[in-house]
Amino acid sequence: MSSETTEISIPDSAARAVGASQEFETEKLELSMGPSHPSTHGVLRLNLELDGEIIKKCDPVLGYLHRGDEKIAENMTYNQFVPYTDRLDYLAPLANNVAYAIAVERLADINIPERCQAIRVLISELARISAHLLGLGAFAMDVGAMTVFLYTFTEREKLYTLFEELTGARFTTSYTRIGGVARDMPEGWTNRVLQFIEEFLPMVDEVDGLLTRNRIWVDRTEGVGVISREDAIAYGLTGPNLRGSGVEMDLRKDLPYSGYEQYDFDIPVGTKGDCYDRYLVRIEEMRQSARIARQVIEKMPSGAFYAEDAKKIFLPPKEKVLSSMEELIQNFMIVTEGPQMPSGEVYFEAENPKGTLGFYVVSKGGGVPYRLKIRAPSFCNLSILPKVCLGSMVSDTTSILGSLDFVMGECDR
Amino acid sequence: MIPTDDFLTTFKEKFSHLDERPSSDWPAFNASPEEIVAILESLKKDYDYDMLVDVTAIDNGLEFSPRFTVVYHLYSTIRHHYIRLASDLEDDENPVAPSATGLWPAADWHERECFDMFGIRFDGHPDLRRILMWDEYPHFPLRKDFPLAGFENELADEEIVEATGTKVKPAPMAGGPFVAPQGDFMTVREPRAKDESWNERSEKPDS
Repeated sequence: MSSETTEISIPDSAARAVGASQEFETEKLELSMGPSHPSTHGVLRLNLELDGEIIKKCDPVLGYLHRGDEKIAENMTYNQFVPYTDRLDYLAPLANNVAYAIAVERLADINIPERCQAIRVLISELARISAHLLGLGAFAMDVGAMTVFLYTFTEREKLYTLFEELTGARFTTSYTRIGGVARDMPEGWTNRVLQFIEEFLPMVDEVDGLLTRNRIWVDRTEGVGVISREDAIAYGLTGPNLRGSGVEMDLRKDLPYSGYEQYDFDIPVGTKGDCYDRYLVRIEEMRQSARIARQVIEKMPSGAFYAEDAKKIFLPPKEKVLSSMEELIQNFMIVTEGPQMPSGEVYFEAENPKGTLGFYVVSKGGGVPYRLKIRAPSFCNLSILPKVCLGSMVSDTTSILGSLDFVMGECDR
Repeated sequence: MIPTDDFLTTFKEKFSHLDERPSSDWPAFNASPEEIVAILESLKKDYDYDMLVDVTAIDNGLEFSPRFTVVYHLYSTIRHHYIRLASDLEDDENPVAPSATGLWPAADWHERECFDMFGIRFDGHPDLRRILMWDEYPHFPLRKDFPLAGFENELADEEIVEATGTKVKPAPMAGGPFVAPQGDFMTVREPRAKDESWNERSEKPDS
């Protein structure tokens, strides 16, 4: 017995939509995302051109937070500019302070004592942990995992208490000076840092457990915003974003500064360069930072926290100013004329949480920089946005922006 | 990979006409704007300088010619080494430099920033717009003749001038709590209270 099959096609709504789009001319939609969109982390605006849900063109609009830091730097002495560096990457002010101080010290050719170098490494790593905690928490929250944010912010709060003990401020630390740091660590502070690390590492595992094998998280990040190795280098990406694309570049290893060569740590690198890889790199970097911090505290050398060579630059201690003539004159000269620097040009980059923060200092002598260019990692990292957003869905921009982890204070300067 | 010392000797032999630029850290060279792109290309292709980390400019001052210098910083992710190249631009009024966007897409935003802050035009740049300031902004803020307190701008729209009676848009810091006058000495440049009717010598009048 034979039977006949008849095929009946019932077009579903999606197929009808496809048919309709072939029949009608559709208009591209212009969408202005930001400058106060929660996923743009500050004041970034994206001018998007959409075809349905697909991004056909992405034009980032910057400058909403431009304060003219480079112009301001030309009008003040070297030490006066330290508070302005807090406001670059305001999620890791301590790391910016360190980068700026080292750049100017290279110009002045000052040798920094070991204790000061160790303190600087320690605060840079704590700043990295604090910046990554915020970056991860905000990234996860944008993608829909609210819990992670609560975990990371609890730990970040503990770090801020530590920063407050050390510098007197939670947020705008202004801790370094040219030739040293503002003050030595308070007594017992390193023990409290160790205790923080004890509490913090289990939290990293917990976040790891919440996200790394989470189906929703993986779906939202894996294969999204892929940046190839070649593109990452060509666009000048640095930091976790570059390492996420598989380039093993870390200035702490490649060109060690401030005594990083003494410490043992690994550089995590990604393989595919998608949002998921960048997330994994950041998680592992926090563990490595904790590892470095422990080694620094273990080896913490004794001695002065400011350089002897920097006497002409560094403000003398207050009690000496009030009791000794020479120190009083020196204090007066430094405050009124600024620390006298040799003329020359210096470019120094430090491995900051967001990437490499560079300072190009042009000096013609005297107490004021002739030109100070700030090479902001967020600025360079964002320049790849038009390319990486092209062809992705609108909802993916939150993942991409979250995984690039930028700060507009630094981008706009 | 060639060791850095060998590289420097071969580079200096190949481009023996280049002046070395005084520098306190990395090797630095001066090149003319005509050949700068060719040198950058050679550094990228033959000498492993694969990353353009920074493009910026220096204003050498109104009285100085050549007034503008464009500065490039390259980094080699293989060799772990920086190099600095600088190029003095010929025209002091309308400086023009060649664009490096063909070699590195990273140059795009850096050159836009240079244009925005110094008014240097980059020949061959695909999309030379302002990046940090808004599009209509008429000045170049990082030039040395731009005061820290900013310039007052004329209002472009005649209707607004008619309706409000104001002819100029005040400078960003004008009328603010502090103004910073321009001058040679730090003591003169220091930001001070806008109200100058009282000072150390004459007392503040009762309001």
